[in-house]
Amino acid sequence: MTAPLALDAALALLTLGVAAWTVATRQNFAAVIGFVAYGLLLALSWQRLGSVDVALTEAALGSGVTGAVLIAAVSRPPRAAGRAAPPGPRVRLAAALLSALVALALAALVLTPPEPAPSLAAAAAAHLPELGLGNPVTAVLMAYRGIDTLLEKIVLLLALLAAWSLAPDRFWTGASAAWDGAPPGGALTLLARFLPPIGVVAAVYLLWVSADEPGGAFQGGAVLAAMWLLAMMAGLLRAPEAGSPLLRRLVAAGPAVFLAVGVLGFALPGGFLSYPTGFEKPVIVLVEVPVTLSIAVVLGLLVAGAPGRPPRKEGQS
Amino acid sequence: MNPATLYGLLACALVGIGLYGLAARPEPLRKILAFNLLGGGVFLLFGVFARRGAGAGFAGDPVPQALVITGLVVSFAATALAVALALRLRDETGDAALDAGDGKAE
Repeated sequence: MTAPLALDAALALLTLGVAAWTVATRQNFAAVIGFVAYGLLLALSWQRLGSVDVALTEAALGSGVTGAVLIAAVSRPPRAAGRAAPPGPRVRLAAALLSALVALALAALVLTPPEPAPSLAAAAAAHLPELGLGNPVTAVLMAYRGIDTLLEKIVLLLALLAAWSLAPDRFWTGASAAWDGAPPGGALTLLARFLPPIGVVAAVYLLWVSADEPGGAFQGGAVLAAMWLLAMMAGLLRAPEAGSPLLRRLVAAGPAVFLAVGVLGFALPGGFLSYPTGFEKPVIVLVEVPVTLSIAVVLGLLVAGAPGRPPRKEGQS
Repeated sequence: MNPATLYGLLACALVGIGLYGLAARPEPLRKILAFNLLGGGVFLLFGVFARRGAGAGFAGDPVPQALVITGLVVSFAATALAVALALRLRDETGDAALDAGDGKAE
């Protein structure tokens, strides 16, 4: 066994152990921490597989922002109440056997891969010069399969609408109460003053280099969202009201610009979501900037959760 | 064994662990966590297929990678919505399944 393969094997074993611990531990808080560690280990696996774009997304979104949602959920004050009974040993044995069966069936697929491996890499590389892009993943996301990315923005909007709709009627258009009454601690406040300027630069960098290097709107948006959340958690910024017109415009800006560019494509030979020849790169940047802002705002709002206090009255500040 | 096969087998095992957690843990939060473990395994399978499809000077086939990035964003949106639903459920029914402890202390 060569040294790098031993490293891969150690990483795989560690990931398996953390995943098993996340399912097995009795403490909910410990399980959430296990899940965050699992996400970071997966990001390392992605890096080892050569998918740096995905590694960045997994670390920022799959582990970081998802972890923030889950930690916020388990940190609510406990309520004494009934508890769902765990299933009996027979059900658990059956679940274990069936899960193992699914895993073994998948393993059989992995061990008998088709030869030669199917690949669209050459097709993705063929049109990169026309798009003015060097990163094929960005080309797939923003040009070849732009419709997926557009629909995914709509999914984010729907998720936000659904989460807001869970608020009681009296809190509708109010602000999240997730960080109300948290005394701003010294270390957190210091971090929330120091880190955001660096984080904002990092986010802009991730967006800008995504033309040629790993990065992109999702990764940049997730970093921006993290900076915003940090400032809100430390009490330096108020959680925004769901009824704020500025907030609603920011949330809608990305999908709206993307959709407008898509509809303008009808004027071109390619139809919906086709970009004008020679102007592909500027159009992609024009779409990516508002999309990144909207992603950041929606991610932040999803972490903050449903509004938890009534909207402030007009003229009262 | 090459690294892609190793990570492929890891992904299969993660799918199995996630499925078991989904079936065997009764608490909503633990089901959400298990579902995300399962999702991580499925995404990693895509990474293995991307790695196998390396060509044209790229370390991996970019199409599965882009699908996974889209998938990660959608899975985050679904997770955030599921957590919001579970919290509302707790407020309505007093179900303690989301609390930090193991619920045996009371």
